Amino acid sequence: MSPKPLDNVVTGIVILLLAVFAAAGFGLYRRRVDGRFAPSAVDETPAPAVEDPSAWASVNAAVPGAELGEQATLVQFSSAFCAPCRTTRVVLADVADRHDGVAHLEIDAEEHLALVRQLDVRRTPTTLILDRSGREVTRAAGAPRREQVLAALPHLQES
Amino acid sequence: MSTPGIDPRGPRFTAAVTFVIFAVALLLSDARPGVAAVLTGVQAVFFAIGAGLGVQKTPTGVLFRSVVRPRLTPPDHLEDPAPPRFAQAVGLVFAVVATIGFATGAVLLGQVFAGFAIVAAFLNAVFAFCLGCEMYLLGLRLSPKSPTSGG
Repeated sequence: MSPKPLDNVVTGIVILLLAVFAAAGFGLYRRRVDGRFAPSAVDETPAPAVEDPSAWASVNAAVPGAELGEQATLVQFSSAFCAPCRTTRVVLADVADRHDGVAHLEIDAEEHLALVRQLDVRRTPTTLILDRSGREVTRAAGAPRREQVLAALPHLQES
Repeated sequence: MSTPGIDPRGPRFTAAVTFVIFAVALLLSDARPGVAAVLTGVQAVFFAIGAGLGVQKTPTGVLFRSVVRPRLTPPDHLEDPAPPRFAQAVGLVFAVVATIGFATGAVLLGQVFAGFAIVAAFLNAVFAFCLGCEMYLLGLRLSPKSPTSGG
């Protein structure tokens, strides 16, 4: 245990602190935005894939047997190594169960990478809400809570 | 889906221990890179067990089940062990690089990779957030091959 020069002992401490601050900041940010449906993907920044009225057309092309909900469709992208996908599945299936005309469709992102790129899905779970015509109304990355889903359903918002 | 499932607090406990091991390694790395290499090397072995045999088989997994879990309330839900197991494999890569860095005198390399591992372990322990799991889809998206998608 010989005395060490101070300038030679700080790098590890600095990296440790940086890592902890970065992780805490990222974690808090994620906790805030996770599951939040973008206020209005339609009238704000026109992200190309997002505004495509044929979101359902893309989905349907990739998942032929799928059926569009009469009022709305919850399209959930999941992957194998994704714990929050389970939670999301339970929430969305329950919402679809309790509300007439709302369908829930879970898509394995790994098996449908072209669709994932086309719809610009970056994380799992990502939930797209499609209106009755199959147009994407809004989307959320991360597990949404039930209230967040209900608040974002287009036919429940009006009136 | 039909897999039995594990207490989600197990992987978080494991991540907390991982965090402490990497943190101590980083704190010692400048003065005692050899000790840091031993610590990250031990952690690499833990990761290898977790990735190869499952998260329940790691020393921390066993410790959690035998000592920690009996003192906690029963879990409100169980989770699929596949995501944390995948995360262990990602962690293994970082631990191995860090160990090589510390052991060969490329201390800064070891410190940077230990830093990345700290970020992931912290997120997992504090926020139950699996960084490696998220990177998985991004990695797939970036990979050039674009397999069966048309249906």
